[in-house]
Amino acid sequence: MAQVTSATGTGSLRRATARTAVTRRGRRGRQGRANGWRITPWLFLLTPLALLATFTYVPVGNMFLYSVTSWDGLDPALEFIGLANYVEIFTRPELFRVFYVSLYYVAASVVQMALALYFATILSFSTRFRNVFKGILFFPYLVNGVAIGFVFLYFFQPDGTLDTVLHAVGLGDLSRHWLGDPDMVNISLAGTSVWRFMGLNFVLFLGAIQSIPGELYEASELDGANRWHQFRYIIAPGIKRIISLSFILAISGSLSVFEIPFIMTGGANGSTTFVIQTVEMAFTHRKVGLASAMAVVLLLIVLIVTWIQRRLIPDDEVNLT
Amino acid sequence: MKKSTARAAGALSAATLMLLGACGTGGGSGDAETSGEPEEISGSITVLTQRTDIVDTVFADYADRFNEVYPDVEVNFEAITDYEGEVTIRMNTEDYGDVLLIPNTVARDQLPLFFEPLGTVDELSADYRFVQEQSFEGNGYGIAITGNASGILYNKRVWAEAGVTEVPTSHEEFIAALHAIADNTDAIPYYTNYADGWPMSQWESLHAFTGDPDADNVLARTDAPWAEGEEHYQIDSLLYDIVAEGLSEPDPLTTNWEESKTLIGSGQVATMVLGSWAIVQMQQAAEDAGFSADDIGYMPFPSQVDGVSYSTIGGDYKQGINVHSDNIPAARAWIEWFTNESGYAFDEGGVSPMVDGPEPTTLGDFEPLGVQYVELNPPPAGEETLLSDIRTTSEIDLGGNVYRQRLVDIARGAADGDMASYFEELNTRWADARAQVG
Repeated sequence: MAQVTSATGTGSLRRATARTAVTRRGRRGRQGRANGWRITPWLFLLTPLALLATFTYVPVGNMFLYSVTSWDGLDPALEFIGLANYVEIFTRPELFRVFYVSLYYVAASVVQMALALYFATILSFSTRFRNVFKGILFFPYLVNGVAIGFVFLYFFQPDGTLDTVLHAVGLGDLSRHWLGDPDMVNISLAGTSVWRFMGLNFVLFLGAIQSIPGELYEASELDGANRWHQFRYIIAPGIKRIISLSFILAISGSLSVFEIPFIMTGGANGSTTFVIQTVEMAFTHRKVGLASAMAVVLLLIVLIVTWIQRRLIPDDEVNLT
Repeated sequence: MKKSTARAAGALSAATLMLLGACGTGGGSGDAETSGEPEEISGSITVLTQRTDIVDTVFADYADRFNEVYPDVEVNFEAITDYEGEVTIRMNTEDYGDVLLIPNTVARDQLPLFFEPLGTVDELSADYRFVQEQSFEGNGYGIAITGNASGILYNKRVWAEAGVTEVPTSHEEFIAALHAIADNTDAIPYYTNYADGWPMSQWESLHAFTGDPDADNVLARTDAPWAEGEEHYQIDSLLYDIVAEGLSEPDPLTTNWEESKTLIGSGQVATMVLGSWAIVQMQQAAEDAGFSADDIGYMPFPSQVDGVSYSTIGGDYKQGINVHSDNIPAARAWIEWFTNESGYAFDEGGVSPMVDGPEPTTLGDFEPLGVQYVELNPPPAGEETLLSDIRTTSEIDLGGNVYRQRLVDIARGAADGDMASYFEELNTRWADARAQVG
């Protein structure tokens, strides 16, 4: 799954590199013709391309290779079994049942985005202590995921922090086994995930909002617009692209949740996600071939979902004037 | 570190020879023949270990003592936290040290691909126990660093407080004892250590409690290991009943291994299923918590055959030699010195890997109970990988935590089904896998 993440993760990066490469070639191309050094840009590109191939394409290529074998992760000989792993995945519905867990994270990411947008909007206006609040909201994203996992394990323990606080404010009746209760566990985990990633969305939104020219607000105020109108007709359309990008990242993130549930519950009590299941298949059951095929399937699912989203939300140019 | 040791102990399930009585002072010289005179062996070797906690102290001292005998050998250690995971991946290259602990995931038929044979099983067995556990086609590939006995760890003070003075010898007596603890003390009767996962695998090491050294081979040939009366039925139904009757901790999802040591040491938890490797750690925890090390007791699985209780003993990790090593004589000299001279097994409170090694002091509780030790028989020729193949194909991780965590979930009502339906599912998956593996 690390391979999948890196493949999708570097996807946008790759596109960005490609784009700068194109513009650069245009410029240097003209220079190149003048000097007769057509090869020069390629020489400069040699190192990044070599790194790109070594760390992105070769591992992904290996993953595709393993996915058509019955490899156990150890044996020096790879036994080619064709598409048998893929057939197995699609004939075992229980392997897909775990995507049901992803729905909790999809729902959570909607909440996360709404909260981030709310805070970003409020803090983009002049609010008292706004820098302190920005810091507070962004800080969870800086804490490493393993530490968050452990902190929240104590937080959710019976008579742990959460229960103590609930009792203190007289809501003791709400207390339950936050992780032990099968109806609650995914909500608790998704909540942790919101706590962690909201800051990132917040910063992205805030940055986008601050790039909107200030005179637009002034002009709208003169026209009698209130804060809601400003949000609805200036901010929301102005940051549409970043919102749609965040949604794409959130949905593909929800399909491949791993860190928080893996650290906190190890996938027990019905909190297994597709990626945890893949890891289990590779390292507990020693079916690296099958696990690689599952990783490929997840990659394809993420690509398809992203494609559908792009079709549903066309990537228009933003025009505020 | 402590955790990795524990994982190693989970490997108890392998397989070995001989039924040992209160194993003893058998003949055979402790000194195995070395491949050369000490002066002739020279060079440098790298030893991989899972003991990140003592590599710079105890192991450094071992290297010094080793150098007194073999002055020309330089020993380097590499301590690895996630030993299983990292080493199995490194084994895809040729660079995985000269001496290493054979990972549990290596199937028997893969041993010759990665490890140097140390001799035939018959030769090695004259001096060492547990040789069969890492052997293929009559050759042994590793010598155990220490050995473990299986059983149930408990806090004697709490059990006595609850009024239980006799060690239970049946399922019903054990459950009744835990009920007494729940009713008469503040302690949690049983702690599953569910969240960390690996402690759940300790239940597997209890198998062969019927005293049958062929337990593993029987398991590989049965279609229904979870049918009533079978070993796995007895082991897993005990776990199921403990949880179903509310005798375990309230929220298993938030357990914590390091904390569990203090809990049992101080008597807030009464019982845990753990290998004998844990006794030393828990005694330490008891002392750290201000209680006595004598509070920690050890009992066999509550079941008797003709009035006798059995405890399976098996090797912990085995040291083997990288088949690509440039310095096999020195590597071999290290393994022999480590096993015969270092005293590692004794210091860890483990069963000695040497046939005539010293008795561990930690298993004193077993003596008055007359517990007999069982060492498992190896699989018959041609069936070396049968059991591991069935496990892999059925995706029932006997030595892991996935299927037992689900058992706990069902028992506490957090997953659908009941014991009967789950055991039936396990039987079906096992039988299907057996049919596929052939």
